[in-house]
Amino acid sequence: MRKYSVLLTLIGFSAMAQTSMDDFFYQSGKIYVVVAILVIIFCLLAFYLVRLDKKITKLEKEQDEA
Amino acid sequence: MRKSWWKILSVVCVIYAILGGFLMPAPDDIGILAKTIRNLHFHVPMWFTMILLLLVSYVYGIRYLNTGNPMHDSMSSSFVKVAMLFGLMGLATGSFWARFTWGTWWIEDAKLNGAAIGMLIYTAYYILRNSIDDEVKRGKFSSVYNLFAFPIYIVLIIVIPRMAETSLHPASGDTVGFSTLDLDNNLRKVFYLATIGWILLGVWIATLKHRLTEIKRIDEEI
Repeated sequence: MRKYSVLLTLIGFSAMAQTSMDDFFYQSGKIYVVVAILVIIFCLLAFYLVRLDKKITKLEKEQDEA
Repeated sequence: MRKSWWKILSVVCVIYAILGGFLMPAPDDIGILAKTIRNLHFHVPMWFTMILLLLVSYVYGIRYLNTGNPMHDSMSSSFVKVAMLFGLMGLATGSFWARFTWGTWWIEDAKLNGAAIGMLIYTAYYILRNSIDDEVKRGKFSSVYNLFAFPIYIVLIIVIPRMAETSLHPASGDTVGFSTLDLDNNLRKVFYLATIGWILLGVWIATLKHRLTEIKRIDEEI
């Protein structure tokens, strides 16, 4: 459940910030949209790396115990 | 996650590079470059990362020859593999950048050809490794190959381009590097942290690859 609470908070924030966020992303030829998309892609890639790191750590531990 | 502070630092630095690369002021008026000067924060760190990873691989190659510890060989080869990935990204981004500034995907230039030959040298490293089944022999052969490959690689991508008479690529031949164009130090504010971020990210991926190789190796021993 703790996992999803972060997501819920984010959705809450975005609802609150709807109008000011609209203003922000419609600025200067909408270049901020591109920036945001790059940040999203990179964050997800980093998140995947973290998961991979954790899985490998787990495998290493299992091997040490065996 | 093992020893995570520098991994977090790498992600923060790269996100800063993406945000800063687009949004911070930069000298957007340098001839044919125009706004593409901002590629500096992405294309150049690819090569810096590749060089650093290859240096680590080189050091571990020497350590393997000294100790015969298979862990050092796995470290050495994993770092070469991830360095190749960054080299490919460097070639691809460079080629694309060239298309819209110099007007061509590729041109005969000391820097470009040197980089391409450098990649081929490490492709041969790959092939050499895969062609030897015996673990000890494979380690020794590839470490010795690495011993020669790295200095040649550095000469090809840094020394020869500098000595060339003419070149289109910045900081080689008769061209200047970005430091002379960056009069307000605007690029530096992003570039240094971007470089640190990308290098740490490369090291992170390479250590993951190394740890996976080690798990497989120990698994086979048991």
